[in-house]
Amino acid sequence: MHFGLSEEQELLQETLRGFAESECPPQRLREIFDAGSGHDDALWRGLAEMGLTGLTVPDSLGGAGLEVLELALACEIAGAAALPVPLLEHALACLAIDRCGDDAQRKRWLPDLASGVRIGTVAIAESADDWQPESWATRLEAGRLRGAKRYVPHLERAGLAVVGVTGGGLAVLELDAAGTPGVRFEPAEGIDRTRNLWQLELDGAEAAPLAGEPTAVQRVLDAGLVCLAADAFGAATRLIQLSVDYAKDRRQFGLPIAQFQAVKHQLARMGTEVEPTRALYWYAAHALDRGQDDARRHAAMCKAHLTEKAVETARSAVELHGGLGFTWECDVQMWFKRAMFDRAFLGTPELHRERMAELAGW
Amino acid sequence: MDLRYDEEHERFRGEVREFLKGWPLQDDEAALSETEQIELFRSRAIERGYVYRDIPAEYGGGGQEPDVLKDHIVREEFSRAGAPGSSYLQGPAMLAPTLIEFGSEAQRRRFVPPTLREEIRWCQGYSEPGSGSDLASLQCSAVLEGGESDGEWVINGQKIWTSNAQEADWLFGLFRTEPDATKHKGISYLLVPLDQPGIEIRPLRQMTGGEDFNEVFFENARTAADCIVGQRGQGWQVSRATLKHERNLIANPNLMREHFDDLVELARRVLRNGRPAIEDPGVRQRLAEIECHVRTNETSNLRQLSAAHRGEELKCMLPMMMNKLYSTDSMQRLMKLAYELLGSDGLLAPREADLAGYARGEGPTGWVEQWIFSLGPAIAGGATNIQLNIIGERGYGLPRDLRPTS
Repeated sequence: MHFGLSEEQELLQETLRGFAESECPPQRLREIFDAGSGHDDALWRGLAEMGLTGLTVPDSLGGAGLEVLELALACEIAGAAALPVPLLEHALACLAIDRCGDDAQRKRWLPDLASGVRIGTVAIAESADDWQPESWATRLEAGRLRGAKRYVPHLERAGLAVVGVTGGGLAVLELDAAGTPGVRFEPAEGIDRTRNLWQLELDGAEAAPLAGEPTAVQRVLDAGLVCLAADAFGAATRLIQLSVDYAKDRRQFGLPIAQFQAVKHQLARMGTEVEPTRALYWYAAHALDRGQDDARRHAAMCKAHLTEKAVETARSAVELHGGLGFTWECDVQMWFKRAMFDRAFLGTPELHRERMAELAGW
Repeated sequence: MDLRYDEEHERFRGEVREFLKGWPLQDDEAALSETEQIELFRSRAIERGYVYRDIPAEYGGGGQEPDVLKDHIVREEFSRAGAPGSSYLQGPAMLAPTLIEFGSEAQRRRFVPPTLREEIRWCQGYSEPGSGSDLASLQCSAVLEGGESDGEWVINGQKIWTSNAQEADWLFGLFRTEPDATKHKGISYLLVPLDQPGIEIRPLRQMTGGEDFNEVFFENARTAADCIVGQRGQGWQVSRATLKHERNLIANPNLMREHFDDLVELARRVLRNGRPAIEDPGVRQRLAEIECHVRTNETSNLRQLSAAHRGEELKCMLPMMMNKLYSTDSMQRLMKLAYELLGSDGLLAPREADLAGYARGEGPTGWVEQWIFSLGPAIAGGATNIQLNIIGERGYGLPRDLRPTS
């Protein structure tokens, strides 16, 4: 029995953490955040060199052949560094093609996705809360897509989008940087400037269906839920660290404010709500990888809980930084908004708590 | 990551299950009194090495090599079978491991075997009226009369919040023996017989109506010079070991899961707007939210168990420090929803039969009692505000509180 990380998994996190610290320190992140581009090509190339763009793609197709747990571990570090790259969306596109596509489709798309040459993303929601497959209304008829998708991350740089269609199926839409017939998109002005969002209109764009069963589609979405939870956990731990550092440094009444119990206890509570949940996302990822019966419910559980906690932590972090925390210049807002993205993308905690209830037969 | 148990542990689980077919007792043995049945079955379980596993056999324990996974398997299987396993009473759960760690050879031989057999029942004398969270300020004094081998400690002062003192034969506790030493270094850990003229025990009535704890008054009470555990002035360190055992008792994740299952049943039973409460969207949200905490508590404990098994505790010091606070907070959240579901039944007082702490009383008054009782563990064994200090200072390296320099 081993409920912990292997040396390789620890190394994966350490390597990515080191990369993020040197290539995307807060000053660099701030430049990207302020510019509002929500993307850094150099960081993406760096991730590709480390093999992270093909983390779950099979070895035979140029990937690292790892599982959802490793992906979630990488997402934790990405969240902690607020990396402005489509790590999660790209990985979901890879998983969708790998788990739901046929051999020819895998060979056609996965090698370029694994190497990072082509960026993948996912187009799922259509209106406010229809992230789940049963409510997708975009039609795929005679190989052509018609409908509209909202909140598509990193679409302007993507060379491919996996699109949810009626009946809970998925289709692959190839995108040409010079423009794709039947495809129009415009910025959605998303809250998280490390991951920009787009509205997508599909009017007869060519796309190829992935043949996967509904359970396979759900497993891809479940992987997304666990990864968002991990990203949110990373963001929350970073927010706690920022707050701890600030409270040790900031002096009032002649003392560091961390010496006052009101502040100390607030920090300890923030930590206690977050730190134990690391095991919850580990378990959810592991349950998915082993194909356990409880995997789906745990994916919903950790998405609902960890993203909610990250947002609560973010609000406490702002309070703890006082007036400074409320300013644009304070770094807290970058993780505050990262947490907001993690909370709402792929469905809010309310949605997933109701799914938990249904899946338990309540 | 691999949550399966290896062959050795699977085999062990099989053996434990086989053994547990012997509970409940059958035939003639079933006619014995409940206490006798528990005693008989527990003695068999000790002999097999399942109960008090890592206390050496010569002191009446199971005599097995330490193995946290096997401990865990035993706890799970005994709890599933409803069989009497290791007792949670202060003696076997807290004093016995402390004596194994710090006691003299003579103390272990004299006290550990009858403690495990529950022939000697113990209570814990730590807190005093003026020394709660600031425990090290305690004043109850013990003065040695005569020599270190044949003399006696003479004790004067008072202890409070002493659970089970009415039923106990002995008390283990902290006493000021070195009045001239600094605060923490003036304390010793003594064992004191309760049946003597210098000791008076007065039960304290709790707000639930029950009487689980007491005040203990010492007026020239006596205990033998050799009833000191560890050296003079070393009591603080010795007591840390006991507290560690107490906090682990409070963080038991199985208990919270059982209460959660009961809560779901309650939500199925009670009505909201004429329909079962469990169909109400708001109640479903709350149940799901609470289960997230229950499951976090379980998985975080599993992670710590696995780390302990591999000798990697250092990797999870932070969540380990948070166990007590996280579980008492979660339990209070759970009980809050139960209390809300009771509606007007929240007007009822707990009945006599409900007054058994976390014993999961039946019916609405049992829930009322548990809702009130869930405050208890948040206070006992280091209150929440103290836990927050520990987490802040030791967990996150925040500067220590300002302390007046007298």
